Amino acid sequence: MADRVRVIACGALAREILAVLRADGLGHVELACLPADLHLWPERIPDAVEAAVAEARQAGVARVYVAYADCGTGGLLAARCAALGVEMIPGPHCYAFFDGVERFEARGDAEMRCFYLTDFLARQFDAFVWRPMGLDRAPELRDVLFGGYETLVHLAQTEDPELDRLAREAAARLGLRHERRVTGYGDLAAFLARTA
Amino acid sequence: MVDDGDDLVLAELDDDDLVQQMHDDLYDGLKAEVEEGVTILLERGWTPYEVLTRALVAGMTVVGKDFRDGILFVPEVLLAANSMKGGMAILRPLLAETDAPKMGKMVIGTVKGDIHDIGKNLVSMMMEGAGFAVVDLGINNAVESYLEALEREEAEILGMSALLTTTMPYMKLVIDAMVERGVRDRHIVLVGGAPLNEEFGRAIGADAYCRDAAVAVETAKALVAARKHNQMAAVG
Repeated sequence: MADRVRVIACGALAREILAVLRADGLGHVELACLPADLHLWPERIPDAVEAAVAEARQAGVARVYVAYADCGTGGLLAARCAALGVEMIPGPHCYAFFDGVERFEARGDAEMRCFYLTDFLARQFDAFVWRPMGLDRAPELRDVLFGGYETLVHLAQTEDPELDRLAREAAARLGLRHERRVTGYGDLAAFLARTA
Repeated sequence: MVDDGDDLVLAELDDDDLVQQMHDDLYDGLKAEVEEGVTILLERGWTPYEVLTRALVAGMTVVGKDFRDGILFVPEVLLAANSMKGGMAILRPLLAETDAPKMGKMVIGTVKGDIHDIGKNLVSMMMEGAGFAVVDLGINNAVESYLEALEREEAEILGMSALLTTTMPYMKLVIDAMVERGVRDRHIVLVGGAPLNEEFGRAIGADAYCRDAAVAVETAKALVAARKHNQMAAVG
């Protein structure tokens, strides 16, 4: 029997990871997702990942991969993954690895006034942006929170007119220009290929 | 802390009840009520400094504590801060005319490549409330911007903020430049921002990492006091 392989992932990546696993014939890979709203408390991510790694090992999983970028942990997640001996995705955020980390970093300060939405965030804009930022309760905070941004960039993983519409609507609600950039799955696909 | 009476008249409350009500109004982000409370206390002969510390800063300290404990979230803190800002706008010109204690001077700004300023603005406000003069450089500051301001303002404290994993390393460039020019020891360097931690603060050579605005104020007070003590000891 082949070694069990598990990817521990941010819930915000579940749909995309399953799509890549399916498309690339990686059906043997198990996926275990942590709640996407951990991003509201990045300092909790390393402990949550460590617990999930321990659980996987206890369950007899031989190879564990962590589908998180740094995600605001300031290097703590990378240090924890190194200590645990598991591989994670390089890069600061999921929007960077969807875009391609090298390309994202090359843009540097030119995009500091861009607010990024992935397909997940376009789909879940209210649950993961609008409400956690309190804009449902205090819409007057919009310019305090988003006044520094100029453009909402929708990094599109898929061709989906409905997501395009939602992203445009989100931009309008935030008072930002809209831009759509098709990225596909970027570095995520190469990372998942390592599970083969 | 929601007002359960529709016709509460602030002016009819005694001082203690009014201050308590102002803490509640700050907590609930009721700017107009906080401004009214400030005006009433001033009319009753309170000094601007007393109003600032006992009504506004004390109220914001509760907000900060509940934010740290996960009871309040960013939107609530921003609404409370906006209320405090309203009160501060009334007090600021009055404080400038009086002999309110001066704790020191801070230059603060978000680092190059980063436009996020919510945390920085909270720190600025709380530092000002604690009696520090604050020179806010805004967002996207290059090394030169910080160094020029420190020299021009003769500020004891430098505060740097970053929200992004990609921009936080810039803080080290600023500190390295201070070292190169031989001015690092003249200043207390405080750093903060969501992805930072104590280890990062130590690694880049900052004096302290401050996890939130309240901690920034306490740290600044302690380090300024320690520095004064050391200077006196050196002279003595």
